[in-house]
Amino acid sequence: MTLGKVIGTIWATRKFETTKGYKLLLVQPLNGRLEKTGDPIIAVDTAGAGVGEVIYFVTASEAVIPMDVDMAPVDASIVGIVDSINSELN
Amino acid sequence: MILGKVIGTVWSTRKDENLVGAKFLIVRELNLDYSPKKNSLIAVDSVGAGVGENVIVAQGSSARQTNLTKNKPVDAVIMAIVDKLDISVKEKVEELVETK
Repeated sequence: MTLGKVIGTIWATRKFETTKGYKLLLVQPLNGRLEKTGDPIIAVDTAGAGVGEVIYFVTASEAVIPMDVDMAPVDASIVGIVDSINSELN
Repeated sequence: MILGKVIGTVWSTRKDENLVGAKFLIVRELNLDYSPKKNSLIAVDSVGAGVGENVIVAQGSSARQTNLTKNKPVDAVIMAIVDKLDISVKEKVEELVETK
């Protein structure tokens, strides 16, 4: 999984059938020091994350598991919201 | 997923027989301010996207998670057409998390 920060939202009414009902959020990936790393991505929100929150997301086909559908063309989904981090990195 | 813009179409008759019937579109990757990035890719269309539309592309094995691309040699699929995008957190990513 990867840490990230929700920086915005993206709306798409015409989207793949099984992804209807899920919010699409814009996520800036973060490293262990909560610094930006890499380009922002689009992730399905299955954890009820809000804009501005620090989250973690799962990628590849595992991203479909938290969605209660059998199949969905999704390669990133937010699976948790961070309360606090204790690490030697920061 | 990534943001992209459909910039063209690929037709090919000689291809892996699993790919017969799939519509191939050329998608140029975009930054979130819609400015074009260098990279473009070929994606199978699963939502009826047209040239010029801004789309969302899923890549890797997730691209096979549709009945159109299941068990097919496909690693990119257009899964949405963008209506609107809004970035509300623009300032430097300051620390939001209470770190002990």
